[in-house]
Amino acid sequence: MSGDRNSAAKGPSQRSVEIGLALLILVFGLIIIGGALKAGIGWSFDGPKAGFFPFYVGLLVIAAALITLFNEWSNKETKKIFAEWDQLKQVLSVAAPTLVYVIAIAFLGIYVSSAILIAYFMTVISSFSVVRTALVAILVPLITFFVFEKWFLVALPKGPLETFLGY
Amino acid sequence: MEEIGNLFHGFATVLAFRDMNIFGVTMAIPFNVILMVIGIVLGIIIGILPGLGGANGVAILLPLTFSMQPTSAIILLSCIYWGALFGGAITSILFNIPGEPWSVATTFDGYPMAQQGRAGEALTAAFTSSFVGALFAIILITLLAPLVAGFALRFGAAEKFAVYFLAFCSFVGLSKEPPFKTLAAMMIGFALATIGTDQITGQLRLTFGFTELIAGFDFLIAVIGLFGIGEILLTMEEGLSFKGRDAKMNMKVVVQTWGKLVKYWWLSLRSCIIGCWMGITPAGATPASFMSYGIAKRISKNGKNFGNGEIEGVVAPETAAHAAGTSALLPMLALGVPGSPTAAVLLGGLLIWNLQPGPMLFVENKEFVWGLIASMYLGNVVGLIIVLTCVPLLASILRIPFGIIAPVILVFCAIGAYTVHNNFFDVIMMYVFGILGYVLKKCQYPMAPLVLAMVLGDRAEEAFRQALITSEGSFGVFFENGLVSTIMTLGLIALFWSVISAGISRIRGSAPATAA
Repeated sequence: MSGDRNSAAKGPSQRSVEIGLALLILVFGLIIIGGALKAGIGWSFDGPKAGFFPFYVGLLVIAAALITLFNEWSNKETKKIFAEWDQLKQVLSVAAPTLVYVIAIAFLGIYVSSAILIAYFMTVISSFSVVRTALVAILVPLITFFVFEKWFLVALPKGPLETFLGY
Repeated sequence: MEEIGNLFHGFATVLAFRDMNIFGVTMAIPFNVILMVIGIVLGIIIGILPGLGGANGVAILLPLTFSMQPTSAIILLSCIYWGALFGGAITSILFNIPGEPWSVATTFDGYPMAQQGRAGEALTAAFTSSFVGALFAIILITLLAPLVAGFALRFGAAEKFAVYFLAFCSFVGLSKEPPFKTLAAMMIGFALATIGTDQITGQLRLTFGFTELIAGFDFLIAVIGLFGIGEILLTMEEGLSFKGRDAKMNMKVVVQTWGKLVKYWWLSLRSCIIGCWMGITPAGATPASFMSYGIAKRISKNGKNFGNGEIEGVVAPETAAHAAGTSALLPMLALGVPGSPTAAVLLGGLLIWNLQPGPMLFVENKEFVWGLIASMYLGNVVGLIIVLTCVPLLASILRIPFGIIAPVILVFCAIGAYTVHNNFFDVIMMYVFGILGYVLKKCQYPMAPLVLAMVLGDRAEEAFRQALITSEGSFGVFFENGLVSTIMTLGLIALFWSVISAGISRIRGSAPATAA
């Protein structure tokens, strides 16, 4: 936990995040180069092989990442922070339930998961009354169901509840 | 004037009545006009809501149009785009929250005007300027697009690649983000585009044994993640609280403001030209609005008062943003190179509807092209009427608490991502792109080149490889004739523009002594 006295101004430094991100991009570039080499970067009888274009793209990714890395590394003066810990907590309070939601879609179907996500947001993150929460959490998936499954005939992932109801 | 005839044919397509079965009764309804109104209203709402913008709004709704006729589909989607352009201004002026990045400059003078109780005046000025900017750009498209397309019909593979090269170099040279970050973002886009089946040889590449990757990454997933989820996370971090001003709009205010606006015709014209220039070269609406605002501030005799509620400070960015946003469709239609992320999504739509964007479109799908152009004229008129009459209603959308809006937008993003290919893996990828988008944006990596590279990656690669096949591997093919070397040279100038312009200003800086 960050200190209570001055927690408003504390957080990970912009520089460390920038360096981490540039390293990540660097690794991505290396993976692309690796894949391109496997696909072949030379010429075959009918022209450039499949890895030809990705190889040069990968080189540019690495070049751009290295230069950015160098720029950020040598930029030691700025004490700018990426975001305050409190702000990151806010972001995480959305990012984490969204991850659970995305995974839940595979098991519960999109309608039930959506209802749960909306209910979670409205009660835990904001504080709405149970009645309003229930209204939104039930109506939104229900309307979505009719718009997609009935009007546009687009099938969305369904779970045990829909199977139970016969869809 | 064949174009005029085509255009009127386009109007006929848009206004045509179609027999539809509604609740069991067959009625003749102007189907495309209804789509237009729906599109604009949806677009305005998308423009107002944080976390939903033109690009990902269109991306989410794109799968719903798979079964529509292409002309109707593009009318719906492009009208969402116009609506989003209009909607951004409402939040900027009434709430000091730019709903879209291109309306940031509108807050500088728009919000002070609203604070002084002149919200109606500011909104009227913004909407009218938007309309003027868009109209200017549409006329430009009507006149220029067929010419550009006709010219581009002569392009071979090398010229095609040169056009892509020019487009992407402009990004690096003109964007306000650090050039190497722009390059990194762009190349990540290209790399993602290459994953999957190679278009030319049919060989699998960069899949590393994952079957999920065989079909490759769809850019729609990236758009929904980067712009949708990423934006919500950013909004959460900033901890939004809406404190809006009331808008009193009535015909009297509108007419009075119009009277004032006539005086600023030169400002409008200048902003139109800046906007169109920035829109066609893919710099986009956001830099256009800032540039127009900056120039207006420097030239206007009220320049010192900019930022305190000067009507010119609303006219300049709004006109330029709309001119840019609209003219971004010119290269998309004529050359197959979109000028903005939303135009890129629309281009992705064309591919899905089995239409090849680019010069052949004007030959093979006349009805589609001219239907779209006609719908731009009508769409912007309809849009102007809707926003001028419905502002109080629309502004009330922002009074819905973020606690309700955020999860609903997340749900829509998930549905949008899933429906692209009916693939659960895409929803996971959307989430990954969302987290990535949040971090990239915080570190000043621009999103637009990443998305454009993902859309155009395959086509640019194809042109590149075909050009090299004809030249048997010699890069000389890109400087073989006057046309291709001109485009390539322009690209190089755009790429090194910041270096060149710094050089010019240094020469100028030392020159005045001799010039005076």
